[in-house]
Amino acid sequence: MNHKTDLLDGLIDRLRAGDTAALARAISLVDGNQQIGQVLHRRLRRDTGAANVIGITGPPGVGKSTLINSLLTKLRDRGDRVAVIAVDPSSPISGGAVLGDRTRMGHHTDDDGVFIRSISARGHLGGLSTSILQIVDLVDAAGWPIVILETVGAGQSETEIAEIADINVVLNAPGLGDDVQAIKAGILEIADVLVVNKADMPLAEATERQLKSMLKLRSFDQQQVPVLKTIANSTKGIDELLSATQEVAQQKFRDDKAQRRLFRSRRQVAQAAAEAQRRQILYREDPQLTQLIQQVAEGQIGVTEAVEQILTGNEGAKGSV
Amino acid sequence: MTTTLTSDRPPLRALITKIGLDGHDRGSRIVAAYLRDAGMEVIYTPPWQEISSVVALAMQEDVDLIGVSSLATDHLIIPDLMTALIEQNLQHVAVFVGGIIPDQERPLLESAGVKAIFGPGSQKEDIVACAQRLAQESQDAKFGALSGVAV
Repeated sequence: MNHKTDLLDGLIDRLRAGDTAALARAISLVDGNQQIGQVLHRRLRRDTGAANVIGITGPPGVGKSTLINSLLTKLRDRGDRVAVIAVDPSSPISGGAVLGDRTRMGHHTDDDGVFIRSISARGHLGGLSTSILQIVDLVDAAGWPIVILETVGAGQSETEIAEIADINVVLNAPGLGDDVQAIKAGILEIADVLVVNKADMPLAEATERQLKSMLKLRSFDQQQVPVLKTIANSTKGIDELLSATQEVAQQKFRDDKAQRRLFRSRRQVAQAAAEAQRRQILYREDPQLTQLIQQVAEGQIGVTEAVEQILTGNEGAKGSV
Repeated sequence: MTTTLTSDRPPLRALITKIGLDGHDRGSRIVAAYLRDAGMEVIYTPPWQEISSVVALAMQEDVDLIGVSSLATDHLIIPDLMTALIEQNLQHVAVFVGGIIPDQERPLLESAGVKAIFGPGSQKEDIVACAQRLAQESQDAKFGALSGVAV
């Protein structure tokens, strides 16, 4: 129709055809929160669902980037094309960020079969960024069959990756805490595959034992999580890790694209809904809402009750009882 | 001056790198930190990058600005970088240079399309202001072309 519509159509065509520059620009539009990014994402939705998304998470310094570098080498040797989305923390003060994960993947920069994009978390908690689900979809639509998603260094409760990746790999380093750490709730529970990296270090065996004994305390169907040992800066354990992730993907999705699209779409809507509500409640100037918050502040109603009223559109309807 | 988390404007993206054989990376690290503190998203690479890698990186990361640091004559291959960027349709990415650039060699870089050169003694405020201006122009062009397309 008009010139700009042509530009968008052109971008979408080029992205579908696997053009790297088009994919990179599309990611910027979505990540930069441009309205056009939303249009772009919707129009590409039906092209998604083919990629296996492997999430890599774990504490800072555990070797996530280095392990991904080894995975890239191995996958490239097999002839597989791989995309990596690496999320790094952003400054809570300036909003700025130094995105350095890809420095450990430097050997793959020049390779046409590898696409690496660094994303800043933009203050979003949970180890990822708000637009990450959509970015994964774009990379998927561009025809990358494997997408590796690296979170920021995650502590104990950054479990959000479980809602995005198809396969969750949680990395552990030897000697970080005792067996009480291992039975706590949180990040270890979301793992489809547990990895003890830096397995050449003295306490590796002990950490492996702790993880395995933690698994024995779970209900039977949750005990089947493999515990693998890797040395990320060599090739040790990398083949085993790849086989384990492939097995999990098979069990979870059986290569059903529609299933994957549904899985991701539900999560995207939930996340966007939460964000929209949060903004509304924080910034909307509305006498009824103000009154409701006042009631919470005075102890007349509880927080849960207030939320219920907002969600059902009944705020203020119930006076103080 | 700084972009905050609540800003609707997307952060500016810069690539800070070194090409060639020179390994003196203190300057590039400091500039990377300056730009981070000014609210930019900085892709930082170690020294010794090849020109083809810098071009691939700029494309995949869709950066608005490339900063090249040179302290030991590697600035002489910056014109090759400029040519490579144009060949890959990345002429909209602004390039600025910092380090030791002899006066008589500045025109070589400027005529190749380098937008600014900062030598020893440059002030943080000047470097940051220049980087933000160049990156903003580039980002405006990037998003402007597609803004307002009918939904």
